[in-house]
Amino acid sequence: MLEIRNLSARVEGNDILRQLSLSIRPGEVHAIMGPNGAGKSTLGNVLAGRPGYEVTGGEVLFHGKDLLAMEIEERAREGVFLAFQYPVEIPGVSNMEFLKAAVDARRRHLGLGELSSFDFMKLARDAAKRVNLDQAFLKRGVNEGFSGGEKKRNEILQMMLLEPSLCILDETDSGLDIDALQVVAAGVNAMRDGQRSFIVVTHYQRLLDYIVPDHVHVLAAGRIARSGSKELALELEAKGYSWLEDEGV
Amino acid sequence: MSEQVESLIRKDYSAGFHTQIESDTLRPGLDEEVVRFISAKKEEPEWLLEWRLKAFRAWQEMEEPTWAHVSYPLVDFQALSYYSAPRSMANKPKSLDEVDPELLATYAKLGIPLHEQEALAGVAVDAVFDSVSVVTTYRAKLEEAGVIFCPISEAVHRFPELVKKYLGSVVPQKDNFYAALNSAVFSDGSFVYIPKEVRCPMELSTYFRINEVKTGQFERTLIVADEGSHVSYLEGCTAPMRDENQLHAAVVELVALDDAQIKYSTVQNWYPGDKEGKGGIYNFVTKRGLCHRNARISWTQVETGSAITWKYPSCILKGDNSVGEFYSVALTNNLQQADTGTKMIHIGKNTRSTIVAKGISAGRSQSAYRGLVRINAGAEGARNYTQCDSLLIGDRCGAHTFPYIESRNASAVIEHEATTSKVSDDQLFLCQQRGLDAEKAVSMIVNGFCREVFKELPMEFAVEAGKLLEVSLEGSVG
Ligand SMILES: Nc1ncnc2c1ncn2[C@@H]1O[C@H](COP(=O)(O)OP(=O)(O)O)[C@@H](O)[C@H]1O
Ligand SMILES: [Mg+2]
Repeated sequence: MLEIRNLSARVEGNDILRQLSLSIRPGEVHAIMGPNGAGKSTLGNVLAGRPGYEVTGGEVLFHGKDLLAMEIEERAREGVFLAFQYPVEIPGVSNMEFLKAAVDARRRHLGLGELSSFDFMKLARDAAKRVNLDQAFLKRGVNEGFSGGEKKRNEILQMMLLEPSLCILDETDSGLDIDALQVVAAGVNAMRDGQRSFIVVTHYQRLLDYIVPDHVHVLAAGRIARSGSKELALELEAKGYSWLEDEGV
Repeated sequence: MSEQVESLIRKDYSAGFHTQIESDTLRPGLDEEVVRFISAKKEEPEWLLEWRLKAFRAWQEMEEPTWAHVSYPLVDFQALSYYSAPRSMANKPKSLDEVDPELLATYAKLGIPLHEQEALAGVAVDAVFDSVSVVTTYRAKLEEAGVIFCPISEAVHRFPELVKKYLGSVVPQKDNFYAALNSAVFSDGSFVYIPKEVRCPMELSTYFRINEVKTGQFERTLIVADEGSHVSYLEGCTAPMRDENQLHAAVVELVALDDAQIKYSTVQNWYPGDKEGKGGIYNFVTKRGLCHRNARISWTQVETGSAITWKYPSCILKGDNSVGEFYSVALTNNLQQADTGTKMIHIGKNTRSTIVAKGISAGRSQSAYRGLVRINAGAEGARNYTQCDSLLIGDRCGAHTFPYIESRNASAVIEHEATTSKVSDDQLFLCQQRGLDAEKAVSMIVNGFCREVFKELPMEFAVEAGKLLEVSLEGSVG
């Protein structure tokens, strides 16, 4: 469903991704690990189309379509979802209003009608319960005054409502206590349906105890330095990343 | 800031059409003869002519103020015409059927149907076209409740005692340069009187339209809420797109007697000028309310139009326990300039005031908040809360705040908060990543920023105001 071929990208004049290739089939969970500054967030941002990230080579096919040719919002409506490492606040815009606008945009794109406010409210309340956020958060401004953990859970809430086909989670586990981590993992696991695919960027094995990946990749110096099964994550946890460099990758 | 945001904020002005209609327009220039002409045209009593002449003589001695954070070539007051009226209004129509259909069509096009059966239920409208009031709806229904809502030119004849007693009682003729000018040449506007203990049964509104070229509009509004009464009033304004600047210098006076409440809302959408700053309305307005004991005056304004806005709706909190409020959204785009804010003058004991001012600057515009909170020596226990937030869109615009606080009573509590923020690329990206297009995203972010003010508007108008902001920020259409 996602085919990344020799993708190179530049940020502020620096080459960050260097001919990165990665292939993801429907229903798979791919964990991406790697040292700070390796380009993990850059990969997510390039896929989502963030301004400032310049693609200098390669191609990306998403459900067979040229992803890189699409506008940001088009990618989103096609089903690409990026859970942010640092979610921003939008003061005064209620979470509910924001979510409804987002869901409506996606539904229109899919040729489904907009949901009535009543039906949407039911969905949103239900999703909030599942990520253990009080209903009051739906009325508050988007991420406005939310704690770090609440922001991350709000990302998962958005993901649940938008039902994307590719979910990119960028260090969603960072800064979460163990309870919140389990909530996030349970949310993700509940969305695994054999079709939906996930890219999970993390530094920690502990998330992968809950969200068990099909593949683990190490991203270093802008490319996939090593790929393996879930055991690779355990090995990385034990040895760090330096052994990869010692092996001269 | 990204180019993308810049491209989103180009403006499309939908009220910019001109109505082809024959008008009687006075020759340009201002002298005593013009003042006498206007007064005679309205068949005014002698006292009012004297009142105007006194204002005119004072004005001649005054200088155009230059302290505001705006810049423009000084107005040539001799090049303007001070009176213009549709010819069809020369013999005042007795009913709507007699009103020129072109005029009615103009208002319909602006979304203000004047036939009662089509109008917004529960809102009475006084429609002012250039220098005259065209029609006032729902008068019969209001009169049943004892509420007077009519053009001020008519009130002068029908309710001379009320007009004589209150005209200039809050904004004296010599108050400032523009107020003096208005007092000399004011043409029309609305008069409202709510009797004791009456809650006005509907929203009252006046819709101002400037149509004629090279004319000024000088309307005068006077609202008197007698003891224990309540009224909610709204004004809206638009003008055609023209290359020349046009002058609008209004005066609004509010009198809230003991225990009365007046809520005054404005949605100002005068033509702002084009992208290069050509044309647009100079909006130099004096608005002030006087609160007696336990009274409350609440100003809510959404200012999106005009090339230059110079406007400080104020409250004189004279009576003990009286309350003044000011909620404002001022949006400037392209080369618009706004210097707006309020004055809260605390005279009575335990008087309270709240100021929430939201400034949004886009393009190369400049917006300033200027607010005075004055606590007089006798204002024991007075309190003020001021919150002043600026939102910048792009990096070529400016936002400024000029708060003035003068307290002569140690028991007063004054709080002031100010913030400046930007529509960030990160916010925009978040919205787009969730599937919203960039225009929707910006208007949502801006609407969110204005939320505290919009919730003060009457319901029907809060929706309108939201849409207006959306249009003002629209790029793809323009
Ligand atoms: N918006 C940006 N502006 C400038 N440099 C950036 C930006 N985003 C990423 N970089 C740089 O790109 C490199 C990769 O960053 P990133 O993708 O965030 O790494 P990771 O997520 O793997 O820690 C780093 O050197 C970082 O400083
Ligand atoms: Mg990162």
